[in-house]
Amino acid sequence: MERLEYSKTVLEHFRNPRNVGELEDADAVGTVGNPVCGDMMELSIRVEDNRITDIKFRTFGCASAIATTSMLTEMVKGKTLEEAEKLSWDDVVGGLEGLPPVKVHCSLLAVDGLKKALYEYYKSRGIIREDLNIKGESEHEEEEAVKESGPLV
Amino acid sequence: MDRVYLDAATSLPVRREVLEEMLPFFTEHFGNPSSIHELGRIPREAVERSRGHVASLISADPSEIVFTSGATESINLAMRGVLPFLKERRKVIISSVDHMSVRATASALTSGGYVVEYLPVDDVGRIDIGAAERMIDEETAVVSFPFASSEVGTVQPAGELASLAHSAGALSHVDLTMSALQMPVDVGECGIDMATLSSPDLMGPKGVGALFIRKGVKITSLIKGGGQERNLRSGSENVPGIVGMGAAARIAGERMEEDPARMRVLRDRLIEGLTSIPESYLNGDPENRLPNNANVRFSYIEGESMLLMLDLNGISVSTGSACAQKTLEASKTLLAMGLKHEEAHGSLIFTLNPTNTEHDIEKVIEVMPGIVSELRAMSPIYNMKE
Repeated sequence: MERLEYSKTVLEHFRNPRNVGELEDADAVGTVGNPVCGDMMELSIRVEDNRITDIKFRTFGCASAIATTSMLTEMVKGKTLEEAEKLSWDDVVGGLEGLPPVKVHCSLLAVDGLKKALYEYYKSRGIIREDLNIKGESEHEEEEAVKESGPLV
Repeated sequence: MDRVYLDAATSLPVRREVLEEMLPFFTEHFGNPSSIHELGRIPREAVERSRGHVASLISADPSEIVFTSGATESINLAMRGVLPFLKERRKVIISSVDHMSVRATASALTSGGYVVEYLPVDDVGRIDIGAAERMIDEETAVVSFPFASSEVGTVQPAGELASLAHSAGALSHVDLTMSALQMPVDVGECGIDMATLSSPDLMGPKGVGALFIRKGVKITSLIKGGGQERNLRSGSENVPGIVGMGAAARIAGERMEEDPARMRVLRDRLIEGLTSIPESYLNGDPENRLPNNANVRFSYIEGESMLLMLDLNGISVSTGSACAQKTLEASKTLLAMGLKHEEAHGSLIFTLNPTNTEHDIEKVIEVMPGIVSELRAMSPIYNMKE
């Protein structure tokens, strides 16, 4: 909430977000969240030889939502689909040197967005991966409760 | 980098002169006002002088002023202290644009069997008088509303609301926290029964406030003890704080013409500059608003991001976005005005203080368009619209 609660890395990604925009020749686009709740995210990916060769995002949301998504795009670029699928919230937040507990909620969206983009990619290939089909934010409630109590900052 | 501070509604500095007047009461005049001896006399007289200053700021009688620990305590005392004398009345009415401290005090009463009702507002945040007329009845104990909304600055029809309360035999409580520094009020003329004042919002020290209680209103204390403040607020008086609040009230009264007029000019320039950014709109009443308040919403982007970018540019403001609240809820005031959640999320609150300069305002007007377009470029909803 206050500026000082954000790590230097979060602020750096917020000020200079990487990979902003939309891939014109995207192989899949994942959109998650809802502006009503204050966060919405769109991730587009390009896949070549089972690898994510390019990725871009757009986010409506607070600094942590923007920074988390920016960090995630950096971490995912060049990874195989299997590796990308395994990327966890912990990995991204670890990369950002932590987030204020109250901001956990906003940052989960980035990982959801990636899953959704992968879901759309597989779907375009005729493969239905329901486990990647993010619909709401409820799937993370339990995880969120655990994170809130943990040492995050 | 000189910081541009446009968050007066959140905190204000103590005026230098106020601090000077307070200092002797920490050291040489440390006596307890209750003492009969000489060391008690000086602080006792200082407390009474302060009471006079606070009273004259709102055209009240000094005997109608009780010092408290701040606006929150004053609100609690007003809304809870009168209920035992209005036993048959079980309804408490507040506005839908009240500060959290009023809302929470009212909600806590529901466990004691009270019903809380909320006065609706129109799209500029002004309390609907017609609805108030229908809601305030023989069952109503207290009607509480702000003189002006702290978030959007809309000035409320205080006189009309107080007289509606009176005709139903209910008591009125008005929160003057945000308005006292910038708008004169005559509590007698408005027919107000109780009014909350906050020292820090008058550029006095924190930890002090006052409650105006009109002569004849029956009220009991919440805090029991040695019977200070006519038995309405026990506990040894916070003499330096009270002296500070008195000085702040006196100076506010002296500057009531000059400061608000200056702030109004700067505020209008700020509103003009910000709303000239495409799809950016003023929240609240363009005419009847606090001289220091500009609440502006910028479509398609979120408030905390804007706040943080302004912060990185050396500018301090607040936002109505959920993302900046501990509760993760969007501003209740903006939602009550009929704004959509995403509009509330995209709102920024700029509040001026008497020391702001043209340079401050020009700096905001200079950096804001870039921040808005940068965040819009990043926003999926903006790009969908394109």
